Amino acid sequence: MTAVTENPLAEGLERLPVRPTALVIFGATGDLAHRKLLPALYNLAHEGALPERFELVAVSRSHHADEEFQAIARESVQRFSRTKPDPAVLDGLLAEMRYIPGLFDDDSVYGDLGRALDELDDKAGYPLSRVFYLATAPQFFPIIIGELGKAGLNATAEGGASRVVIEKPFGYDLASARGLNAEVLEVFDESQVFRIDHYLGKETVQNLMAFRFANALFEPVWNRNYVDHVQITAAEDIGIEGRAGYYEGAGALRDLVQNHMLQLLALLTMEPPTAFEANRLRDEKLKVLEAIVPPDLASVPTMAMRAQYGPGGQGGVRVRGYREEDGVAPDSRTETYAALRLRISNWRWAGVPFYLRTGKRLARKITEIAVTLKPVPHLAFSQEGSLGVQPNQLVLTLQPNEGVSLRLGAKIPGTRMSIRPVNMEFLYNTAFLSQSPEAYERLIVDAMRGDATLFTRNDEIEALWGIIDPILTAWKQDTTTPIPQYPAGSQGPPEASSLLEPGHVWRRL
Amino acid sequence: MEAALSEDIWTECNTTPDAIDDALRELLRARHAANHLLVPARVLNLVVVVDRSWKGEIANRLERVGRYHASRTVLCAVEPGRTTIDARVVMSYEEPTGDALGVILEQVEIDLGEVHLANLDNVIDPVRAAEIPTMIWCPHGHLEAINALLALADVILIDSDDEPEPAVALARAAELLGSVYVVDLAWLRTTPWRERLAATFDPPGRRELLWQIGRIAARHQASSTASAALLAGWLASRLHWRPTPLSRHDGDELRGVAHAGDHDVEVQLDSSDQVVPGLTGVTVAVPGGWSLSLDRASGGLCARRRSEDGTESTWQVLGASRGEGGILGEGVRQALLRDPTYGPALSCAREFCPAVG
Repeated sequence: MTAVTENPLAEGLERLPVRPTALVIFGATGDLAHRKLLPALYNLAHEGALPERFELVAVSRSHHADEEFQAIARESVQRFSRTKPDPAVLDGLLAEMRYIPGLFDDDSVYGDLGRALDELDDKAGYPLSRVFYLATAPQFFPIIIGELGKAGLNATAEGGASRVVIEKPFGYDLASARGLNAEVLEVFDESQVFRIDHYLGKETVQNLMAFRFANALFEPVWNRNYVDHVQITAAEDIGIEGRAGYYEGAGALRDLVQNHMLQLLALLTMEPPTAFEANRLRDEKLKVLEAIVPPDLASVPTMAMRAQYGPGGQGGVRVRGYREEDGVAPDSRTETYAALRLRISNWRWAGVPFYLRTGKRLARKITEIAVTLKPVPHLAFSQEGSLGVQPNQLVLTLQPNEGVSLRLGAKIPGTRMSIRPVNMEFLYNTAFLSQSPEAYERLIVDAMRGDATLFTRNDEIEALWGIIDPILTAWKQDTTTPIPQYPAGSQGPPEASSLLEPGHVWRRL
Repeated sequence: MEAALSEDIWTECNTTPDAIDDALRELLRARHAANHLLVPARVLNLVVVVDRSWKGEIANRLERVGRYHASRTVLCAVEPGRTTIDARVVMSYEEPTGDALGVILEQVEIDLGEVHLANLDNVIDPVRAAEIPTMIWCPHGHLEAINALLALADVILIDSDDEPEPAVALARAAELLGSVYVVDLAWLRTTPWRERLAATFDPPGRRELLWQIGRIAARHQASSTASAALLAGWLASRLHWRPTPLSRHDGDELRGVAHAGDHDVEVQLDSSDQVVPGLTGVTVAVPGGWSLSLDRASGGLCARRRSEDGTESTWQVLGASRGEGGILGEGVRQALLRDPTYGPALSCAREFCPAVG
């Protein structure tokens, strides 16, 4: 008999096979399931990307019959799917969907769930892989994990697998993240745990790795010898959109910096992994995150600042300030803007400042990374008549116009040797035919396949919190310093310039 | 609501390739100057050579490719007896909103005569966008045009199901594959079936069954024997079977065997009365009694599995039909990818299909 370790039929296929799976969504009536997960599952079904046998089980606190939940799910798909639903595919997806109502700390829910999953295994004639997707509020994560363990649903069935996908936020600070990791790893092995940060599922973020590691042009200058400083910006033009309950407890630092922006920084600065494989990639990210020395409490004011948007104008319309938003305390100290200056203590990056800023109600929506190179060591041309010889700047734009722009100096036509900066631009959506899948589609398939490359490992998540934790603590302790206010629709607080080293300025949004 | 499509148009009778090139440049310059957020797509040139009388039908097919439009499409309509070139350039775009970019798609329609085909490369070279791949598609034959354009082509799009005699179609595909990358719509019609078969045998416990397969049957629309042969060829090439020529039984049915080491595999290609091109079903069976059948059904495929103990289970494998427009769109998209399994599958398919006498 031939020993078969690889599937010879899989070679050349764009879509790799996914093992037969039962996906259990906890919090299936919640906003995330409604807007993202159910539409993503439909799109996967539409594309034929779900496993040959796929069963969906929904668990939530509201009481619904299977048929009632199927109607809710149908409405979610019809409203939020990126492809127009095909009635036959949608019917097929929803027809066998099961709904289990109950409280997440109720043992009987897990008994019902176990029986439902066993029945699905019996129907298939073999054990399906089980993926438990925790799309609930974070306070339920440890409860659900504990209950899954008690019910024995963490065990890997022979021929199948048991995995848990945990939504963000994973923890509230370093201590809570460590606590949650400990609780999760008491029940599941790390190889079964998929901590989701949907940002990593975006094509744009994965393109960052392709840009760095598929092009030899940039790597020789990707270090402290050539890079002067780096700015990472995640600016939003919208406010909190009625999410005061969440945002008051989170703030900009937790909402965007701790996860998305530090992930971008890690991908931008890590050493090349030897393979695009989960642990090789995450090892490299961890190494660079651990090289970012967290500030001590006393130095936080010199490397981090926070602010709130005040009243202002957006799109020609007058808008309220943060403290006037419904559900926000008039004396709230929650930041809607955060800026940091970080340093990476390793050979590649020592001495290079990395500036991160994020905020709501800024002048426009943009996510970009700007790498400014050092100026030329000697300028042979006269500055007279020039618009200034500026250092080369490489800008990687993640949204809205994903692309790469390189600022070069060029001669202004005429008899004088006068220089002005010009941009050489590449735009992704002019160069590819495909519509990018939603991040959740990619990540759900990866979790079903057991590929953790685009998920955050336990030590990585603690390293991310470790960088942010002293800043959170310092800001929490400081209850008196006034929070700077910036007008809605502006470039952000002028005070953010205090973080910059001499000669550096924030890029205009 | 979908945004309205705007168009900039240039036309000229009795024109030249250089004049068309100038018009393309000027239309692009003017549009970008009017709105700097409008930029031309730079992905792929698609050069299509068609009979003049079928130009509208092909244009309609190209309209239905969904999101996979080539960035510059050059549609050459061949009119018998014509000695001059007429051209029409259309730049279409949606006006961008906010800071988002708008992408301009370019279509060049050229009416020309058979007299131009031998040197068609001189017509096409100036009007294709530089530095991006060029795909050639000649759905109505026009071998002279293909030969003239081969030196410009990075990819050629064919449909082996279009040729009534599969052996001829597969031989032509193999010949082209010797000089250019081939995207074959007949092969793309087998993609969902290949994906499902690969998934079926993916669990490690099932992979052993691959080496025990004793029978495969591919059911296909009457004109899609090439698709069925390619599917059988794919299994043969992946599983190292040695194909032997299939022989005709009961009209359109082809039967024969492939040698798989210590046993033979029965291979059967059956014609069915399906309307749309492509496969209608596949059955894979193992001598011990295990078998899997996949058949077209509403909303995907109907899967039927029989176990060694005789128990049967049936379920739906979800997936929306791509339709012929979707298949063509997939063909355009595949121009930018490379599938290493088509060549070996084609090679085995040719061995299965009896040569024309």
